Amino acid sequence: MLQGDYRGMSLTVSDVDHENRAYFEHCAAHDFHLQRCTACGLLRYPPGTACPWCRNREFAWTRVEGRGAVHSYGEVHQAIQPQFRERTPYLILLVDLDAQKGEPGEHEALRVAGNLATPDGELAPPELVERVGIGSRMRMVFADVAEGLSLPMWTLDEDAEQPERPWRYPGA
Amino acid sequence: MTPAADADATAPRYLRDRYAIVGVGETTYTRGSNLSTRALGTWAVKNAMEDAGIPAAELDGMMSYSNNDSTPSPMIAGDLGLRLNFYMDVYGGGSSSEALVGLAMGAIEAGMCNAVAIFRSMNGYSQVRIGGTGARARAPVAGDALHTTPYGWFSAGQNFSPSFMRHMYDYGTTPEQLAMVKVIHSEHASNNPKAYYRQRVTVDDVLNSRMIVKPLRLLDCCVETDNATALIVTRAERAGDYRHRSPRVLGVAGRVCKPRSDMHFQHGPISTVAGRYIRDIIWPNAGVGPEDIDLTGAYDAFTFTTMLQLEDYGFCAKGEGGDYVSSGVMRLGGERPNNTSGGHLCEGYTHGMNMIIENVRQLRGEVDDSCPLDGRGHRLHTYDYSEGGCRQVRDANVSMNLGWAMPGTGSSLVMRRG
Repeated sequence: MLQGDYRGMSLTVSDVDHENRAYFEHCAAHDFHLQRCTACGLLRYPPGTACPWCRNREFAWTRVEGRGAVHSYGEVHQAIQPQFRERTPYLILLVDLDAQKGEPGEHEALRVAGNLATPDGELAPPELVERVGIGSRMRMVFADVAEGLSLPMWTLDEDAEQPERPWRYPGA
Repeated sequence: MTPAADADATAPRYLRDRYAIVGVGETTYTRGSNLSTRALGTWAVKNAMEDAGIPAAELDGMMSYSNNDSTPSPMIAGDLGLRLNFYMDVYGGGSSSEALVGLAMGAIEAGMCNAVAIFRSMNGYSQVRIGGTGARARAPVAGDALHTTPYGWFSAGQNFSPSFMRHMYDYGTTPEQLAMVKVIHSEHASNNPKAYYRQRVTVDDVLNSRMIVKPLRLLDCCVETDNATALIVTRAERAGDYRHRSPRVLGVAGRVCKPRSDMHFQHGPISTVAGRYIRDIIWPNAGVGPEDIDLTGAYDAFTFTTMLQLEDYGFCAKGEGGDYVSSGVMRLGGERPNNTSGGHLCEGYTHGMNMIIENVRQLRGEVDDSCPLDGRGHRLHTYDYSEGGCRQVRDANVSMNLGWAMPGTGSSLVMRRG
């Protein structure tokens, strides 16, 4: 069992939850992997027990580059969980990975969740929050929770060409 | 729009017109009920029974839904002296109410029982906060929730925010347009003596309220309340035995999902919601289209949920939801009023039940506003919708409920006047 405390929450990955266990162990090595279907070759996120496109239950863990663009976001100003309250505002990001974007359907993508973070995986400060919106180019970093358990996070991709003005909620 | 290939609107298996909602009832809408969910549920079911005038011996089925924050049917039935031939208590929140009407029809159709009371009892403010604060925010995290909750992506508003934001990006929808949903529902609530919030608000009130999670401000979010709500379903041919001219069920769709229900955001466009799929079932099954609907009950957990659903069901073109909700169509006196009770934004939070109850009363022509009663207890509606006045829709013949669980899941119920 993987277990760790993170921001006042007890995170647990049970031993029979093989898909999530392997996923988070790869994250703990800071080496992002997704399941690739051995029949149709499509990657999937989040971890699951069969291929959503062809129903094949067999898969191979495959290294995937954690880069992409913000598809949408929420910006939390009043936190619900107690230990997020001192860290507002924070961003919840859905990032379309470059890998497999627009496949198998035009509107489909590996849309990977995470917070906006600093390169070391900490929640981003307010001045960074204001710089990110739809279209921002991101790269994956990790927040280490415990042995064998890290969470994917997103930080601005310093090497990428950023949109001149990423789309943000009007007036802010 | 194109009906699904297997949806033959004339086929009897869809039970169109065969079932009626013969009774509705609720407790008061409060914050701090000082009662158990058992006491609240008993109160609401009893009120629905008295509303219908149904004898205890004729009510032999019961269903409920909850997020493990309620009391199961056998306790409520026991307290009310009902001997049940069928009951089922399911896990679920928003959009369960319409789905359970369909399941109750199925149970009766299968010969399992004769009439079913459906209830939702919750202390959504004083015990298990619907917004997720309190004990819920400290619960252990495992399984699929590991990909959401650790990111502070947890409450309903937080969960839905990327869909709402993307609609603004895709279509230029504005905060001012969404604010009109709250404004209009507050107008309706001002004519509803039992609404928790009866004060009318302005667009500026909404835009000046504090930010919760962009794009949602406080007044874009529904109220949290303590209450129970109930309704009674039976065969249309028995409806004449009871007190009211009871609305008939024209069609129902239950818990229809977008693809990738494991995480619906994987399948875009994420600014499109389950209504896009519901409409292919509900319109042909009910045998009506958007132009036939006199009033709607589009679930308003947030201002955005009302807009997204009306748009994807086809009440306006895709992307024009902002114009639709801000145009006055939804207002009492408008072409197609929405949530005439004030809904979740103002009347109280019930996971959808109060919007069905309201439409039942509207279709009876007997909404409980402040209009005077005649000698036999019937309302003499004035159709003056100014503050504190009438909220009965004139010539309310066909209603639709648009139930929301999340962007990827929803339910629908179409009723006609009995």
